[in-house]
Amino acid sequence: MTPGFGSLIQDVLWCFSQVKGTIDTGVTESDIISTVEFNHTGELLATGDKGGRVVIFQREQESKNQPHRRGEYNVYSTFQSHEPEFDYLKSLEIEEKINKIRWLPQQNAAYFLLSTNDKTVKLWKVSERDKRPEGYNLKDEDGRLRDPSMITVLRVPVLRPMDLMVEATPRRVFANAHTYHINSISVNSDYETYMSADDLRINLWNFEITNQSFNIVDIKPANMEELTEVITAAEFHPHHCNTFVYSSSKGTIRLCDMRAAALCDRHAKFFEEPEDPSNRSFFSEIISSISDVKFSHSGRYIMTRDYLTVKVWDLNMENRPIETYQVHDYLRSKLCSLYENDCIFDKFECVWNGSDSVIMTGSYNNFFRMFDRNTKRDVTLEASRENSKPRAILKPRKVCVGGKRRKDEISVDSLDFSKKILHTAWHPSENIIAVAATNNLYIFQDKVN
Amino acid sequence: MFLTPVVPHWPFQNMDTMFVRGLKRKCFDGEEDIEGTLAGIKAIPSYNLQRQSLLDMSLVKLQLCHMLVEPNLCRSVLIANTVRQIQEEMTQDGTWQMINTQSTGQASLDRLVSTDILCRSSRDQAEGKHVPAYGTFNKDFESDQAQDSSETMSTASSVQAPRNLQSNVWEMENPQENKGNFQKSLDQIFETLENKSPNSVEDLFSEVDNSYYDLDTMLTGMMSNTKMGHCDNLETFSTPTNTASNSNCKSDLNDLDHIVEILVES
Repeated sequence: MTPGFGSLIQDVLWCFSQVKGTIDTGVTESDIISTVEFNHTGELLATGDKGGRVVIFQREQESKNQPHRRGEYNVYSTFQSHEPEFDYLKSLEIEEKINKIRWLPQQNAAYFLLSTNDKTVKLWKVSERDKRPEGYNLKDEDGRLRDPSMITVLRVPVLRPMDLMVEATPRRVFANAHTYHINSISVNSDYETYMSADDLRINLWNFEITNQSFNIVDIKPANMEELTEVITAAEFHPHHCNTFVYSSSKGTIRLCDMRAAALCDRHAKFFEEPEDPSNRSFFSEIISSISDVKFSHSGRYIMTRDYLTVKVWDLNMENRPIETYQVHDYLRSKLCSLYENDCIFDKFECVWNGSDSVIMTGSYNNFFRMFDRNTKRDVTLEASRENSKPRAILKPRKVCVGGKRRKDEISVDSLDFSKKILHTAWHPSENIIAVAATNNLYIFQDKVN
Repeated sequence: MFLTPVVPHWPFQNMDTMFVRGLKRKCFDGEEDIEGTLAGIKAIPSYNLQRQSLLDMSLVKLQLCHMLVEPNLCRSVLIANTVRQIQEEMTQDGTWQMINTQSTGQASLDRLVSTDILCRSSRDQAEGKHVPAYGTFNKDFESDQAQDSSETMSTASSVQAPRNLQSNVWEMENPQENKGNFQKSLDQIFETLENKSPNSVEDLFSEVDNSYYDLDTMLTGMMSNTKMGHCDNLETFSTPTNTASNSNCKSDLNDLDHIVEILVES
């Protein structure tokens, strides 16, 4: 059996850990997971779905009694973040689907996260309550008010322990700032501001102020008929609070410095790879559209995902990426079909591991791919119920392009394009990954020796 | 009279293997039996048919969007850019006239229908079974191609006004489900457009006359001259004897442009 892939010195073997979600063959649309995100310590894992709900999982403390069960993730809190709305001006529905969740770094006992749908960003506070006051004077234990004239004795309420309750409360609602659909939110390294990006504009918010935001990027043309390019993703630099990047549907990335001007329409750096004339087709622009952009943890690189590749760029070199990885190049000859059934517009995300040595992204047929930047080895794994035995090692998968198909390979025409892995997340410091496959969340860990 | 053979352009190299499999075989068979020039002529419709069908598919996509929820702007922009790219290439080639003969108009109607059917069936299947769907597609191509080559060889310039997309739309008012949906979608598009408040900040139509909202005006292609723009280039490709199809070419490009522009704006 072929091993996994090399990561630094040892080979990492990925094992199934858990799966969340129903096994029903029919998928309820509202259960489809639309975003996955670990918090900064990896203790919490949040998912958002098309129904506007957020589910937070917490990693349980590792116990000495069961060392092989390394910290399983269990449901910690579930709440309805966004509700469907109706825009009466345009007679259009506003979907409640959660597009992105971003955690704030923890500063006290409570956890804070930002969740957004197409139009509105919300700041949620998730906190624990394990004590409750008992012995009120003016109301009894059931909460019913007492008649004040009947009270003869006064007492001081005391806090008594109770079953742990996790409550989520919306602390801020940042609304009415986006005409177009929000695709990204990013918390700034100053922890005081964050940005929200839609198709044509990027706004800067202060967490404390909800009734105004600053517009820092605006690419809306004066005449909408001249519109040929939209913003597809945006992110703040992990350390420099003045720097951010945004990607476009034309395959370009712009790095902006907020110190230069209030409106960052003029980029500080412009990243674009020259087109390969031999590969040109009517679909070239569509497949060059960047669906996700992520800074490395070090802040030195950015990674972009377009339809067929993942690219790593050095911030110091604008004219081409330093690394390009083919995710599923066998789809290049199928672009017309994929255009027809709209799969060519699927927006895949990409993630770095904690040490920036491995990158991961999803594909079709519930496959996801990992690329080791040091050894240049890659592996294709599958998130499926068949591989769901506890601690079962994931077997690498292979897609057969043409000619003879080997026994374990799958041919391109047999791929299930309805099973797409768009959202994945990597624990900030350990080899634990969360993979969203439609309505199921898979958690994989590396093998414990 | 000989038509100059046109070598198929590189953009469609990728599409050859799966998109026009049947067609290519036929081309090769033809080349074995017939002279070079005729084989070249057969090559022209195949590329143009491919490109035309991609154009049709793109226009269908722009129009068949979910009108309950705001359409995805990124997707619309990418499709609109593809349409523009095809249009530009077609005007540069000067093949715009050839495509809009009566027979090809008929073919484009069929293609439009089959594309729509394929779009639905492949969505329903969504199992990656693209090849069978294109099997049907190929049959349309093969029957159309025979028709096309006979038409293009004759100097039939006396054919009627080319069928634009719009007339295809109206003719699709049949009980068939997908055709009904097509018409319904167009209605919904224009309803949505009409609902836009004239005072909204994002008033995209402030400088445009209200005939945009008029379905009839839109579809008969008799728009005001506000958006002629690059359509003027078409005049360089006109031949003196073809004045009728010429103005129709222009209005066709106008119509397509207007559809694209309006739908991108909405």
